[in-house]
Amino acid sequence: MIANQSRALRRKAASWLFTSACLVATVIALTALLLILWSLVTQGVSAINLEIFTNDTPGAASQYVGGLRNAILGSIMMCGVAMLIAIGVGILAGTWLAEIGGNTPYGHAVRFLNDVLLSVPSILVGLFIYQLLVVPMNGFSGWAGAIALAILATPIVARTTEDILNLQPNSLREAGMALGASQFVTIRRVIWKAAGAGLLTGGLLGFARISGETAPLLLTSLNNQFLPEEWWNMLSGPTASVPVVMYNFALSPDDVWIKLAWGGALLVAAAVLGINVLGRWLAREKKM
Amino acid sequence: MRRSLEDPIFRYVAFSAATLLLVVLSGLIVSLAIGSWPALSKFGPAFLFSSNWDPANEVFGAAGPIVGTLLSSFLALAFALPIALGIAIFLTQFCPPAIAQPIAIMSELLAGIPSIVYGMWGLFVFAPWFSEHIQTPLSGLGGIFAGVPNGANIFTASVILAIMILPYMAAVFRELFRSIPPQVREAAFGMGATPLEAVTRVLIPYVKKGMVGATMLGFGRALGETMAVTFIIGNSHGFPTSLFSSGSTLASTIANEFAEAGVMHTSALLGLGLVLFLITFGVLAIARWLLSSQRY
Repeated sequence: MIANQSRALRRKAASWLFTSACLVATVIALTALLLILWSLVTQGVSAINLEIFTNDTPGAASQYVGGLRNAILGSIMMCGVAMLIAIGVGILAGTWLAEIGGNTPYGHAVRFLNDVLLSVPSILVGLFIYQLLVVPMNGFSGWAGAIALAILATPIVARTTEDILNLQPNSLREAGMALGASQFVTIRRVIWKAAGAGLLTGGLLGFARISGETAPLLLTSLNNQFLPEEWWNMLSGPTASVPVVMYNFALSPDDVWIKLAWGGALLVAAAVLGINVLGRWLAREKKM
Repeated sequence: MRRSLEDPIFRYVAFSAATLLLVVLSGLIVSLAIGSWPALSKFGPAFLFSSNWDPANEVFGAAGPIVGTLLSSFLALAFALPIALGIAIFLTQFCPPAIAQPIAIMSELLAGIPSIVYGMWGLFVFAPWFSEHIQTPLSGLGGIFAGVPNGANIFTASVILAIMILPYMAAVFRELFRSIPPQVREAAFGMGATPLEAVTRVLIPYVKKGMVGATMLGFGRALGETMAVTFIIGNSHGFPTSLFSSGSTLASTIANEFAEAGVMHTSALLGLGLVLFLITFGVLAIARWLLSSQRY
């Protein structure tokens, strides 16, 4: 009897310890993440002012109080071009997997390789585009950067597209066919329309992923202190981007540059968080 | 006439888009293999097994970065795994849902923060703190604590990596625990199990395969992570001699040296890329296989 009681006590004590350990783990993780957010906000807010949006990045040993204008524009242009490609290719590939050939052996292979591509280290995509575009074109360019970012975003769009289309009820497809519509019209006018918000969420998730990417851009678009005169020339040469400028400036000994790097960090983090929240909000609307 | 052509054209275009994904991945492998061939054929097996990385004399051995990559990723996993497991168990088993939901959403949003931000935090906040309060007091002990006390070393890089993969792993673990039918848990408690026994003897074995898969996905992320590590690992080649010595990883070496590399140096860096690809591909393939067999 006493042995039984002490055993029950031991089991209770062990369980209590375990519960506390889980609580402690949660507290540790939340503390670390809050500390990072705290530094980001305190260091970043003091760096954000109007000049950061109107001035270009400062050159070496200049007294000019710079900003991030060229980097912000470069990032927007490269991410924009990348998303155009990623949404086009990703939605078509995802549709093929969900509606046409997903159950063939070839479909299984494509799905598996898409998952691999989804988690390939981004710097390897940079190396690939360096070999494919930068070397033959004799120079770093914003176009190369945009293609590298597109390769990173496309698998995400393809994946979410397939998942969302699989959620659409079969009765929609049957209704389209029953009206005598071709498969193309059924998909375009019925399925894609019904899945609209979900498709947009996929695009936003891909956009959030690439807007902070640094490693592939170091090997493809590099950096550029100046903004080309004409905006359509923007991507034809080396192009500045916020993450690459952050990388270069954070490692510099200049306090003003380091401050700009923190400002850039806050901008990028805020953009990514904003896009993610928007994507989630759209996805939730869809479910209801 | 137009109608009858529409479908085949659409199928063809969609098929091409799907095939493009396959072409990109194969192109990536082929380009790494071709680009690294000059270095691989010149140095042979020594490229993998020598730790002599000397760009000035054009001698390249990648053992240092390979060991640095594996070591920092294993350490990061060792830190992140128990904590991620603790969070997932706490949120799904012990925590009122009203609190669990906001914490879960917050940590998932934090998983999206770009790695360069984690790297900057490591460089400006964590490394100085670590150097002053932990590394300097311990440096007298020598052994695994030996090293220049500047906070830039394998240990701090692993901590930053661990913080980075933590929200991701916690989110996947949480999904796994939520996928367990409630009856399983109720049955465990009905048998008189304590919460500890229910978790370790019933719930964890129930999702074991998926957990191994998720852990390997986290490991794969740590292996290929570039920016968070480059800032803080110290970037020295050669074998790491202690926990607190500076080192390098495959990805950080590529990011650091690519801009000023000569012809053979570039080829050697592409060789590092090929090694990194093969390691991550292996890890990811196993992880995906384990995760997909968990779905029912």
